[in-house]
Amino acid sequence: MKHGKYPLLAAFLLPPLALYAYFVISPYAQTFVISTTDWHGLSRSYNVVGLDNFKKLWNDEHIWNALLHNLWLLILLPILTIGLGLFLATMLNVGGRGGRGAVAGVRGAAVYKIIYFAPQMLSVAVIGVLWTEIYNPRSGLLNAALRGIGLDGLAQIWLGDPDIALWAVLAVMVWANVGFYVVLFGAAMQSVPRDIYEAAALDGASRTATMFRITVPLLWDTIQVAWVYLAIIAMDAFALVQIMTRGGPSFSTDVIGERLYDVSFGDSQFGYGSAIGVVMFFLTLTITIAALRLSRRERIELS
Amino acid sequence: MSTVSQIDDPAAPAAERKPATTRTGGGFVDGTINVFSHGFLLVWGLLTALPLLWALLSAFKSDNEILSDPWGLPSQLRWSNFSRAWTHGHIGQYFVNTGVVLLGSLTLTMLLGATAAYALARYKFWGNRIIYFTFVGGMMFPVVLAFVPLFFVVRNAGLLDTLPGLMLVYTAYSLPFTVFFLTAFFRTLPTAVSEAALIDGCGPFRLFFRVMLPMAKPGLISVGIFNFLGHWNQYLLPVVLLKDESKYVLAQGLAALAVSEGYRGDYSRLFAGLTLAMLPVLVVYGVFQRQIQAGLTAGQMK
Repeated sequence: MKHGKYPLLAAFLLPPLALYAYFVISPYAQTFVISTTDWHGLSRSYNVVGLDNFKKLWNDEHIWNALLHNLWLLILLPILTIGLGLFLATMLNVGGRGGRGAVAGVRGAAVYKIIYFAPQMLSVAVIGVLWTEIYNPRSGLLNAALRGIGLDGLAQIWLGDPDIALWAVLAVMVWANVGFYVVLFGAAMQSVPRDIYEAAALDGASRTATMFRITVPLLWDTIQVAWVYLAIIAMDAFALVQIMTRGGPSFSTDVIGERLYDVSFGDSQFGYGSAIGVVMFFLTLTITIAALRLSRRERIELS
Repeated sequence: MSTVSQIDDPAAPAAERKPATTRTGGGFVDGTINVFSHGFLLVWGLLTALPLLWALLSAFKSDNEILSDPWGLPSQLRWSNFSRAWTHGHIGQYFVNTGVVLLGSLTLTMLLGATAAYALARYKFWGNRIIYFTFVGGMMFPVVLAFVPLFFVVRNAGLLDTLPGLMLVYTAYSLPFTVFFLTAFFRTLPTAVSEAALIDGCGPFRLFFRVMLPMAKPGLISVGIFNFLGHWNQYLLPVVLLKDESKYVLAQGLAALAVSEGYRGDYSRLFAGLTLAMLPVLVVYGVFQRQIQAGLTAGQMK
């Protein structure tokens, strides 16, 4: 293989590397450079302002407000999604357990999985537009359902109320992601030997005990991956927010990505927008590493 | 398994000792517990399916029906809503644009991703690891970070507001996952076959296209499905890179339609557009659901 190696390597690696460097690496790198300028995009002229953008950022209450919302999503999205995902996956895969030592999936598990996973097929635009209509105070499915069962008092202007809007957006994120983790955890559970569950059942372990003492430890690797993945989604809630609320009402659903977009493409403050990008870069990096470190545990070998 | 332990269990009521053949589905009947778990499963199933069905039904309603009775059924099947969405709502144009972009971006992603992954998985050379991690590192960061410079990079290349520009950008941002997934896949392929082919006088390029690529078919299909969905559903990149409405892709066009619906009040057209955007992927999903679920979750398992 020695002789013909380099022509092939060049032909196979250079085109993808060139494309990747041009459209991915260089923009990421340029973000750092632009963040130290006061560039407004239209003119070629700009001044290097050093860390001024970052000082401004530190004192910008809208940034802190948006970061706080990201933090809420960062905490709640993984907890709710992984919790619900594990719960439903347990029901599907070992839900037929009757406390008599028998463990089996429930009837119709395949159908449930098909339905749960379906939102994964949809564009964030479809999900955002659909749920905006569901939350519509007048003609939406949700308020109509509440009125239909006599709970008129619970009907809300979901996306128009600053106290509720963020949670309404969070609910959509959970809705869209749970199905994926049901299938992912379900696949991981298939590799856990059935006798472990049956032994636990014979020993009289409760469902809760089985969940936290057996399922969670054995699926820890998968849960850890899920955690990192959902943390990245929470940092990047921008697309959904942009479609559903544009950060409103009165900044109550603003997230850091929406800030970057508004500041850059709304106000043409490209230097400042890039500074937000740099902060996001380090935050995402920190969160990913933290999630990997904090969730590190001794691995349980199944054999 | 359930059958054996149940029969072993003297406490099990005789009525429940049905022949094993009735339990081939894996389910086993135990009153309260199954009602409990089925209850939760059913509730989440309804929560997932109802919004989608509602969009489908609303697409056939009149504006008046949509506004006055959200839970009602359409009084007649108004197909004209769809034709209005298709033509006046420009959904038809957006479909064509999305299809054109996808044709280019998917072909290019698969070709560049597979060749890079093959070189990284099967050849030892200086810098191999660095290149691999440069690609894979791209998976970690939200694309919104690069928005500002990306806009200008694409503009300076004269590709702003063009579909080929979008194809190249989609491809570039799909490479990290594609390379990551396919590198792992090429590593699992046996070396004996390629050694035999080389001894028979097969050149390295022929070896890749005629031997290795066909062998990697399952991996290519998985990552192909993943990229197909990603590109079909892409929203953020076109929002930044396409300002010309006649070039809009489906997801972006639908969001624009929703915004204009706010002013015009043409709800039935919006729901028809929503259904048109949803249906193709859901139909494909219905047919290939097993492969799609496996393909999308496989990347997470590594």
